[in-house]
Order: sequence, then C-alpha cells, then structure tokens
Amino acid sequence: MAVMSYRQALHDTLRAEMLRDPDVFLMGEEIGRFEGSYKITAGLLDEFGPKRVRDTPIAEEGFTGAAVGAAMLGLRPVVEIMTINFSLLALDQIVNHAAKIYGMFGGQRSVPMVIRTPGGGGQQLAATHSQNVELFYAFTPGLKVVAPSSPADAKALLLASIRDNDPVLFLENLALYNTKGEVPDGDQPAEIGRAAVTREGTDITLVAYSRMAHVALQVAEKLASEEGISAEVVDLRSLRPLDRPTIIESVKKTSCAVVLEDDWLTYGIGAEVAASISDGAFDYLDAPVRRVAMAEVPLPYAKSLELAALPSANDAVTAVHQTLDAVGRRSVGAH
Amino acid sequence: MATTSRKRPARSAKNSEELLGYYRQMLLVRRFEERTAQAYTEAKIGGYCHLNLGEEATVVGLMAAIEERDYLFTNYRDHGYALIRGMDPGRVMAELYGRQDGVSKGWGGSMHLFDTDVRQLGGYGIVGGQLPLAAGAALAVSYRDGDEVVMCQMGDGTTNIGAFHETLNMATLWDLPIIFVVVNNQLGMGTTVEMSSAEPELYKRASAYRMESARVDGNDVIAVRDAAKVAVERARKEQKPYLLETVSGRLKGHSVVDPAAYRSKDEVEAVRAQDPVAGLHDQLIADKVADADQLAEIDADVHRIVKAAVEFAEKSPAPEVSSLFDYTYASPVPNDSRRLPSDPLFPVGA
Repeated sequence: MAVMSYRQALHDTLRAEMLRDPDVFLMGEEIGRFEGSYKITAGLLDEFGPKRVRDTPIAEEGFTGAAVGAAMLGLRPVVEIMTINFSLLALDQIVNHAAKIYGMFGGQRSVPMVIRTPGGGGQQLAATHSQNVELFYAFTPGLKVVAPSSPADAKALLLASIRDNDPVLFLENLALYNTKGEVPDGDQPAEIGRAAVTREGTDITLVAYSRMAHVALQVAEKLASEEGISAEVVDLRSLRPLDRPTIIESVKKTSCAVVLEDDWLTYGIGAEVAASISDGAFDYLDAPVRRVAMAEVPLPYAKSLELAALPSANDAVTAVHQTLDAVGRRSVGAH
Repeated sequence: MATTSRKRPARSAKNSEELLGYYRQMLLVRRFEERTAQAYTEAKIGGYCHLNLGEEATVVGLMAAIEERDYLFTNYRDHGYALIRGMDPGRVMAELYGRQDGVSKGWGGSMHLFDTDVRQLGGYGIVGGQLPLAAGAALAVSYRDGDEVVMCQMGDGTTNIGAFHETLNMATLWDLPIIFVVVNNQLGMGTTVEMSSAEPELYKRASAYRMESARVDGNDVIAVRDAAKVAVERARKEQKPYLLETVSGRLKGHSVVDPAAYRSKDEVEAVRAQDPVAGLHDQLIADKVADADQLAEIDADVHRIVKAAVEFAEKSPAPEVSSLFDYTYASPVPNDSRRLPSDPLFPVGA
C-alpha cells in the first residue's frame, strides 16, 4: 500500500498494463512529446516508443474512430481525449460506432478500447471547457462509463477498463488529479457495474460520483464531527451500468437521500438516481430525494459567477439539513 | 497522380475465362438487387435499402483486386460487395429479411452486412463513419507488421465530410496500408457532385494529403480491377495509402423507395446507355468470348442462386426475443439493464 496522487495512480497503471500486454497502446493529442496535457503519460514515450504512445493530429473523430477500428482487430487502444468537452467532436465514433459494433453485427467483433478523459469545471475555463457531459455516454447502451473518485479506484477501474472487451469511457476529473490516497499494491481490477459504500451511516444517504463523491466524503465527515449526523456515502463508480441495488439498500437503511452531481440538474445523472430510488425504495422514503447540481447556465469565466454556479460542500450541507428537517429528524440529532 | 483508362484486354483463353467469371458475378449482383427491390415492395424487407444497380463492374473489379487475407469496410450500399466477397447469398438475403440466419443475425439489416469469416467488417450507415474505423484496422495491421491491406469504400458525397479529411491525413502521416475507394455514382441522394464538391474531380482531393490517386471508368470491370491492383500493391508493398475514384452511374433511385423524380429523362437514358452489365454482355458476344445462349445459361444459373437465397431467407426464423440482450456487451458486468419496456425496475412492493 502506497500513498500517491490520482495522477500517479493513472500513470503507473497505464505503464503496468503496457508492460503486461503488448496489445495495449496509447493514442491522443499531445500524449507523447508533450507528455500529456495533464502529464498522465509523462515518460511513456521515452519508455515505449512512438508505436505504443502515438501522438495524433487534432482530429478527435479521426483518432477515436481509428482506435475503434484497431480494437475491432483485437488491439487494446487507450485513447486520451484532452477534456470531455472535446469528446463531442468524436460523438459519432463513440455513440454511433464504438457503442454499436458489437450489437449491430450480431456479436461478431467486440471493441476492447478505453477513452480516458477528464471532466470538471472550477478551473476558470469558461463555458465550452467546463462541461460534464458523461451523461451522453451513460445514456448509451453498448458503452460502459466509469468515474473513479479516488487514487485507489483510479487504478482498480483503469485495470478493469483496459481488460474489458467493451468500449469504456473512463471519466477523470481536473480537480482530482492532485488528490492523494492509499493505493493497494498488486493487480486487483475493480468490477465495472458496482458502486461502493465509501462511508457507512444511518441518517441519510449521499449518492455521488467523481469529484462530488470526494466532496460527499468531506461533507459526511463534517456533518458527523460538527452535528453528529451519520451520513452514508454511495460512490457510484460506474454510471453505466448503474448499480441500483446498492443505492436502494442504502436508502432502505437511511430513509432519505441527497444526490450530488457536477452536471446540470434537468435530465441529469441525479434524475436517474432519484427515479431509481422512487422505483426501488418508495415505501421507505421519509422525504423527497434532493439533488445538488450545477446551475443550468453555460459555466461563466468570472470566478464569482463560476463559484456560484458550481455545486459546493456548503450546498450539499444545506440540502442535507433541508432533507433531515423534512423528515423531522435533525432536531433530535443522530439516531 | 494519374487518370487510369484501359483499352479492352486482348482476347485470350485466360481472359475469356476471367471475363465470363466477372460477367457471372456482375449478373449475380444485378439479379440479387432486382430481387431485393421486389422483396422490398412486398414488404419482406424493412428499413432503408440501397442497391448496387449500375455499380456492378465497380464492385466486381474492386473485389477482384483484394485477397482473402485483406479487410473490407463499406458504406450502406453494400449488398454487392458482400456477395462477391464471398458471403453466402442466402445469409445475405436472410439479413435483409431480418432473420436469425442473417450474416449479422438480424441485428443490422441491409446497411450493416458484416461477416468476420470473409473479413468484410461492415456495412456502415452513417456517411463517413467507416473511414476512421478502416484506418484503425490498417493501423492494427501495421502495428502487427502484417501484410494485409484494408479497402475502404465510400460514396462521392463522403468526400465532403470531416471524417474524410481527418482520416486521409492520418493515413499518410502513419503510412497506413489502406485503399480509399470513392465510388462516384455522380449523385449523393439527389445532390450532384458539382453541387456539393468544390473540386468535383474527387481523386484530386488526395493531393492535399500527398497521397497517390487515380480516377477510373467504373463501368469497365477490367479497368477497375487493374487500377485497384495498383493501389493494393502500393499499400501492401510500400505501406502507403491510395485513393481510387471510380466513375459510374446509379440506375435507380438513392434507395428502393426513391423514384428519383429529380433526374431528367435524358440523364437516366445516358446512365442506361452505360449499363455495365449490358455493356459486358454485348462485348462478350462481339469479341466472340461467348454466344447469347451461353450468357443466357449463366443468367439462368444466377437466377437459381438468387431464388435459393430467397427461399433460404423465407425459411429462416425470426430471431428469438430471448436473445434481445445477448449483444449489448461482450464482457458481461453486474447490473446491466435487461428490462423490457413494461418491466418495472424493481419488483413492485419489494
């Protein structure tokens, strides 16, 4: 067990997988000579050469589609798309091709590829560079979408994604790259499609993924230490498939839930989680499911506006208070 | 860059045999497509359905230039390629019928013929979608130091989409063993090449990527084959991409349901006058390679093949509804949704 950053965990895992399997190779803009916009691939060009660390032109549709075609012939490309915003240029290849090829041709060829890409606002990058559009991919059968929130999950889910025989969109987050945590040694891939209860609690369930799962843990600690509220945190980890049973089990225990998400509220991931809770735990609910999500505007550049638009830990605390008030539970404190 | 054009080949026994073989293949495409149009009007075939009528010489010439080990990607006008590449005609027709024995098990239909056994890796319905995929396949060949080539067919309208530019650029940069074939039938649905392309001599587009290219008469099966062989040779031996443009006509509408009212009578007559199947028929007789009776015999034989294909498709069962969730993922994972439209997410009252 070593303590390392989310960035280091990604780097080390890519390197280990390239050493393990000669069919694994990397493609993307600026991943070689420039060592990656966020330095995830630092040093890999020197170690593995240009055949396995392939710098591409600025052509998201072209190189993402080329990775799909290479995967159809059995290679295991790991594509880096500089930010998830740019993945929109490759939507046709991801949604119309990568996601469809296994099914549309009756299972004759699979597409074992990974698209690594960071989402996340909060960096003053303005509207076109601050989106969280993982929903588009999570909406699409045929794709798998994972979203690690910790260095340990970054490793375990990346191992699983590279070894999976389907196209996996691997969502990273700009604000998580420097976060640190313990990462187990050895070779233990996670199971795609399983959420994790990252903190046990009894009063309320916080459901989140990626950066907000990290925030949820901080919020839960604060609620426990300052107010004696026992919050359970469900980190989705996988957006497709969505692990509904784990969410439902938690809500059955706590009887209320708040969903934290970095994307827009209307039609968002939180809407799907709330609908799932309604379907699976309606009789257990003591309050409506609340959603904390980004304001529904193109994200502004000015820091004051950006901060106001993004969901924060304080927003989460407020939503928890309001939910527990609705339940009538906060005045009596923790159970 | 060269515009390839050929005189008729000198008559010899070998050529005669070859020509008769090509005639048979072209006729198979012709009769299969005519029968497909009929089945469509009988509502046996659904969805979009695009025929190779008028492109028979192009299809057969191109398929004669690649080998079994090579890979083929096409657009949605793919029936003829499938037949000549070696897919079973019955299984191709069964796919059009949406039946279990279809080459894509009834999941793809007319636009999405795929058979890994003959290395035809789709039929793609999104214009330009197959280009990056084909380049990726060529990249995989190159990654493994293989000697296969990839042929990537497309229509004339595809040369205006972004994926065309992105893919041709990468193909040259990365020395990919790939042949891009622009089948110029002079119409993208109802839009002419001149209306949509600033450089209507489409093969010239390759010069922007320092890629060799040529234009050839798509109604001449030998010319197409020989031009394609040059391209294949260059891809295989030198690991260089190539762009080949074939120019032919579309005998019918864009798809089966298109009456092509936007075309003048003269225009249609001009295309009919260059009908590659009729042209080869007359040439074979004029050159005394075969007489009319022999050619009629081939036609009768082809009719039998098409009839058997239809019978096979008719008999093939519809795919089992229980197989609906079999092809979402190649690696099964927990919590994958397998619900039918009215199924609850969770048992009611649980």
